[in-house]
Amino acid sequence: MTPKIEIDQFSYRYGDEIALNTISLQVQPNTILAIFGPARGGKTTLLRSMNRLTEIGEPGTHSGRILLDGQDIFAPGTDIATLRRRVGMVFALPVALPMTIFDNVAYGPRMRGVRSRSQLQDLVQSALQSAALWDEVQDRLDTPAQALSGGQQQRISIARVLALEPEVILLDEPTAALDPISTAKIEEALMELKQQYTIVIAPHNVQQAGRIADDAAFFLMGECIEAGPASQIFTMPRDRRTEDYITGRFG
Amino acid sequence: MKERLISFLLFLCALVSIASLAIITFFIFQAGLPLIFRVGLGNFLESSLWNPSGDPQSFGIAAMILGSIWVTLGAIVVGVPLGLAVAIFSAEIAPPRLAMLIRPVIQLLAGIPSVIYGFIGLTILAPAIRATFGGPGLSVLTAALILGIMILPSIISISEDALRAVPSAYRDGSLAVGATRWQTIWRVLVPAARSGIVASVILGMGRALGETMAVIMMLGNALQVPRSPLDSATTLTSNIGLELAYASGAHRDALFATGVVLFVLIMILNILANIFTGRVTFWQRLSAFRPAVFNGRAAWRRRNT
Amino acid sequence: MKRQHSQLVAFAGLWFAASLTIVILAIIIMYILAQGLPYVNLEFLTGRPLEQGREGGIFPTILGTLALGAVSLVLAVPLGVGAAVFLTEYTRPSPLTTIMRFGTDSLAGVPSIIFGLFGFIFFVTRLHMSWSLLAGGLTLALMVLPTIIRTTEEAIRAVPVAYREVSYGLGASRWQMVRTVVLPNALPGIITGIILSFGRAVGETAAVIFTAGTALNIPTSILSPTRTMAVHFYILAVEGISLQKAYATGAVLIISILAINVLANALITRSVSRAVRR
Repeated sequence: MTPKIEIDQFSYRYGDEIALNTISLQVQPNTILAIFGPARGGKTTLLRSMNRLTEIGEPGTHSGRILLDGQDIFAPGTDIATLRRRVGMVFALPVALPMTIFDNVAYGPRMRGVRSRSQLQDLVQSALQSAALWDEVQDRLDTPAQALSGGQQQRISIARVLALEPEVILLDEPTAALDPISTAKIEEALMELKQQYTIVIAPHNVQQAGRIADDAAFFLMGECIEAGPASQIFTMPRDRRTEDYITGRFG
Repeated sequence: MKERLISFLLFLCALVSIASLAIITFFIFQAGLPLIFRVGLGNFLESSLWNPSGDPQSFGIAAMILGSIWVTLGAIVVGVPLGLAVAIFSAEIAPPRLAMLIRPVIQLLAGIPSVIYGFIGLTILAPAIRATFGGPGLSVLTAALILGIMILPSIISISEDALRAVPSAYRDGSLAVGATRWQTIWRVLVPAARSGIVASVILGMGRALGETMAVIMMLGNALQVPRSPLDSATTLTSNIGLELAYASGAHRDALFATGVVLFVLIMILNILANIFTGRVTFWQRLSAFRPAVFNGRAAWRRRNT
Repeated sequence: MKRQHSQLVAFAGLWFAASLTIVILAIIIMYILAQGLPYVNLEFLTGRPLEQGREGGIFPTILGTLALGAVSLVLAVPLGVGAAVFLTEYTRPSPLTTIMRFGTDSLAGVPSIIFGLFGFIFFVTRLHMSWSLLAGGLTLALMVLPTIIRTTEEAIRAVPVAYREVSYGLGASRWQMVRTVVLPNALPGIITGIILSFGRAVGETAAVIFTAGTALNIPTSILSPTRTMAVHFYILAVEGISLQKAYATGAVLIISILAINVLANALITRSVSRAVRR
């Protein structure tokens, strides 16, 4: 099977500081890849590199390639907006834009140029349904999204990405700020979503990685220590450091 | 394509201020410099004979320069102690509610048109000074008192920011070793905020030096070198303001030449203030982009600490 | 004990300074209002001045003030907001932005009489606009530009970075992000800057008198000369035309400035409390 995403000898540095050191990884279509490991391991940088969000704010420099369906996303002439629509990103902290629930979810399609009200309504409804939020908000789509709870706002963030009709969804510790019930809802939604999408997640903790991942990669200080099927990584890690982290000896 | 066009348009917007500064400088200098060269810079600055309608005409602005200096220094003498006191008050000892009241007061003081200040000087202060101390009333003292109030907003807001920016560890450290609050303020906080306070004074000087209409209304506009604070005088700005409306020919050029002198003085003050503000100055910011070769020493020092 | 004593004296001095400042402001406002308000009535506000302003009202100068403020803001607001957006969203610090900021800082420090000289030689004389709303408006626009740039920059910086990331992450282009996220959220701050700039336009005299002129007509076109309230007040007072009308005009000026400041403050308070609730 051809990988959906292929990360090939990818490195990223901020000034003198190396954030990612020659990473090579493959993500198969319709699977969930969990990138896990202690803080400052390079997980966020890798996720943000995959739809080139690293380029806002203080940018660093990269080398190597990231291929999406065989095409290098850093190739000159790549349309960044199109890339970001194909590869959507959900952040650690729930951020609802200061507008209505409807406008939040319809934001991406509108930026793409969708104007038709009925088309937007269809997109918003199916995105909210997939994000397991439709039942809770369907009768108050015109109220401010920031009035929702944290868990609901994070599902708005997911719905917002789904409304883009992306191919890949990146999630950076999407449940870090949430309670267990909201976390369970989001994990459930993710298991559903992998039927249609390819998902890369930096999970909140090892347990979460174990619950949802098909494949897993252990990151430590900018290096990918080991990668493989989740069943193998979490039961029989090959590297001592992976084992130590999973069994809670550090991290 | 549309994105490119928009970012280019925004770039043009951002160029407008520096471009207009350049155009302003160019046109003022173009209109004023020829006369300065003709009269001679020394003569123009040092002669106090200003007689644009005489034959021969004479253009010396020494009296106006001295008038400007008197009035500006007077405003500083009045405005700095008062402004600094208010800044200390609202940064350090004011109850929160009162501090909340001071801010709109300062904002309003800054918002009141200068002609209103001039009018107050003209109708309240000048008669009072004439009655109390004698003299014409419209005098350096009157102008200095009112200008001192007019520069309060600059002095208070910048000094207050500087005082508030002092790390609270300074305050706590001083109080912890048994200093009183006042000792802490005067011996620790004010010295620590020194550069911001100096900058506020310089910007206040700039405001006083540049003020025109209020000065015209209060200073009596006598073309003489003031001998005492109770004398009338005239300043660089008030002379331009009074005569520009009817001047022509060499006379008008001489007013622009006066503008050149004023402009240079103001730019010097602006640059000085920029150096004294805690903010990184223009030159430092610019030098931060010099090629690494020139920063070799600094980089070496950084690496070894 | 001596230390406590000197602290007492010093604090008394500080309290005195603060009270003095408030009292001075109160005296200025009360004095002008007390002397002027009795002569302010509908006829004064809507009537035309007669005999150079010795009699009649100030209607043309009210119109002139509003028109001049409007012309200058129409010119300065797009430029200033555009400049602020460019400096905050479209560039990283570079020698060029340093020079642009230096320009803004310096322009803010240029005295109004210099703007008056420049407007007179450039707009009025060189560009043949003569004394007009346009020449005055252009001059004032340059004067208030730094205020608008700075307040807008501050308002833009207060917009959370997370909003920008979300917007970019959803495939927005830079301008789409600015238009849908940055500008709407910075709007209260931008409007505050605009209101304060209008206040400067209302109170300005030196830059206006040599560029917009002193004609006491109702302005009919962008090229008509005009006289603002502040200029009218100045002429009434300095040329000794009518002290009574000067007081009355001053009272109207003061009330306008008060209203402008109250409005700006209300907006600031509202946007602050909104930010807190967030």
